[in-house]
Amino acid sequence: MIQKNHIHHVVEFIVGLMFGVGLMLSGMTDPSKVIGFLDLFGNWDPSLALVMGGAIMVGVVAFTVAKKRTTTFLGGVLRFPTNTDIDKKLVIGSLMFGAGWGLAGFCPGPALVSMADGQPKALVFVLAMLAGMLGFELMDRFVHAPRKAKLNAA
Amino acid sequence: MNIDWAHFTPITSLAGGIILGVASAIFILVNGRILGISGILGGLLPPKRGDTFWRVAFLLGFAAAPMVFHAVVPAQYITAPRIDATEMMVVIAGLLVGIGTRYASGCTSGHGVCGLSRLSPRSLVATLSFMGTGFAMVYVMRHLAII
Repeated sequence: MIQKNHIHHVVEFIVGLMFGVGLMLSGMTDPSKVIGFLDLFGNWDPSLALVMGGAIMVGVVAFTVAKKRTTTFLGGVLRFPTNTDIDKKLVIGSLMFGAGWGLAGFCPGPALVSMADGQPKALVFVLAMLAGMLGFELMDRFVHAPRKAKLNAA
Repeated sequence: MNIDWAHFTPITSLAGGIILGVASAIFILVNGRILGISGILGGLLPPKRGDTFWRVAFLLGFAAAPMVFHAVVPAQYITAPRIDATEMMVVIAGLLVGIGTRYASGCTSGHGVCGLSRLSPRSLVATLSFMGTGFAMVYVMRHLAII
């Protein structure tokens, strides 16, 4: 018998595949194109505004439907983000991310796909990105969490 | 502002964007999850019991994408990517993106596509912030020639 879990895993694979193909087709995996989009005050390439626009156009419909439902189409849990805080973490993290994005022209998805496509510099980027993510995890566990616990205890 | 018509690719970019939207739509409506790459990847560091396989299945699909893309898409729509950044810049950029996206709990997909689609004020602030420093960084590199 096919279990719901199996359907989920097939969907995960197909969605990952679609997302990767979409990124490549859109031009997001070409750092020179990304930087052409971010070069607002130079020779501006507006293509990536259409990528975001196209994605959000479909996304708005999907999330409007999702918000009206209590379960997924398969009767599972809809995991909406619960954090609504607009805090220092959100802003500082995003500012750092944007600086890195502008510096090399890679954000996480396109970097991973480009690595799979055999781009050596994408591999370097992904290794550094994983190091950064791991660094964040360690900071969070050994610096932020104990500090918060201390504050709560005081 | 001067528009770079020579590199403007409205059809493939819009089509690619729509595919990204459809993938995100399927992920929330069928699997009940937000499609955010930094979160899917970062959740594997370290892997947690019962919360790993779905991430791996997604990433396997992701890894298969270039093969499928080259097999399906006609060559005239494919441009070879160009990376002008030096290795050193790529390393610094990777570190900034890794720390920043985890700190902010999202990147271009989770905040930019899914967050804006569900009209989340938090994701709007994140997107404006990373777009802001993205524009600023390129301005500094291209027009002030500091880096």
